[in-house]
Amino acid sequence: MDILEFSSLVFLGSLFAGFLGAATGLGGGVVIVPLLALGFGVDIRYAMGASLVSVIATSSAAASAYVKEGFSNLRVGMFLEIATTTGAVAGAAVATSISPSAIAIVFGLVLVYSSYQSGFSRHKDAAPGKPDKLATRLRMNSEYPTPEGTVKYYVRAVPGGFGVMFIAGALSGLLGIGSGALKVIAMDQVMRLPFKVSTTTSNFMIGVTAAASAGVFLNRGYIDPGLSMPVMLGVLFGSLLGTHFLLNVSTRILRIVFAVVIFALAVEMLYKGLTGGF
Amino acid sequence: MEDKKNGMSDEKIDQIIGNLLRIAVILSAVFVITGAVIYLMRHGAEMPDYGVFAGVPKNLRGLREIIEAAWQIRSVGIIQLGLLLLIATPVARVLFSVFAFLIERDYMYVVFTLIVLSVLLLSITGVII
Repeated sequence: MDILEFSSLVFLGSLFAGFLGAATGLGGGVVIVPLLALGFGVDIRYAMGASLVSVIATSSAAASAYVKEGFSNLRVGMFLEIATTTGAVAGAAVATSISPSAIAIVFGLVLVYSSYQSGFSRHKDAAPGKPDKLATRLRMNSEYPTPEGTVKYYVRAVPGGFGVMFIAGALSGLLGIGSGALKVIAMDQVMRLPFKVSTTTSNFMIGVTAAASAGVFLNRGYIDPGLSMPVMLGVLFGSLLGTHFLLNVSTRILRIVFAVVIFALAVEMLYKGLTGGF
Repeated sequence: MEDKKNGMSDEKIDQIIGNLLRIAVILSAVFVITGAVIYLMRHGAEMPDYGVFAGVPKNLRGLREIIEAAWQIRSVGIIQLGLLLLIATPVARVLFSVFAFLIERDYMYVVFTLIVLSVLLLSITGVII
């Protein structure tokens, strides 16, 4: 297989991953690394670099669509970014010093969890509740538009959310993924932000977190132009297609398909990681 | 209400930032596609070699070296410049947020945003790690 064929196939695979990621709202980054490492025999470190670049592309491209809707909470996002960016740099530092097989095992476990989340995730709706002292001092309480008019919401459990965000950042730097799912959990289930606010704020944060890891990856030589090129373009175009698809089709079946794909990747990633195949 | 007296609402700022991000992504994609066409024409028939990690050559890791490589119409340099631009878009977004919070006179968040910005800049310039 020469570079032209290799690039075309990687482009098509990334297109598919970006499409599924956007159409299900789960992000495609998590399948790019296993796709490249298992499907194309790419060293996991190059795969992580390419994946991270594609994560930034989708986050920045989607931002212009999201901000118009007025859902995202910039204050919550920025405050939590302190946790995710420091976590990302710490994670990327760890990634450069542990073996690829160890990374693969952690990756496999994250995939198992993502698969579960993709298939069965439920979200608790935010209870209006009472204002939390710390969240109020940090001016995080806000409002968002709904069909029934503007609804006010209060943020709670800031320290808990901050802690989960540090872990999300660390995983992003360690594995070269966006950690979108974990970010949504921190905001949706721990801090009890409305689901729409959590997902759009998470999208904003994913790009910033990934940029923090990308700096380390770039300096360590993980970001290869020849490999990142088809991945970035594929994921970018795939996710643009997927966003439109999302508006037209029910995502229930897609989520199940995605869950099965991720689970299969998880099993192979764990197997290869444990048998030292990386 | 608070926003009105400052003449610029959060939404307006968000919209400007959103559009700037989109332009940056498009520009980055243009660089990557241009580099890709040259890359595939020159190296398309060679064999890919990603199985063993050696790390990207040193001249494709730093800003100055990447610009130099792109200037010499080296395909990988042009792609890498596009990727660098892409990595810079979230940084620009954080930078704009500093100004947005300054306009709102929310100095607590100016400080928070500056912390995030410094972590990003330290990481990208390779000062930490």
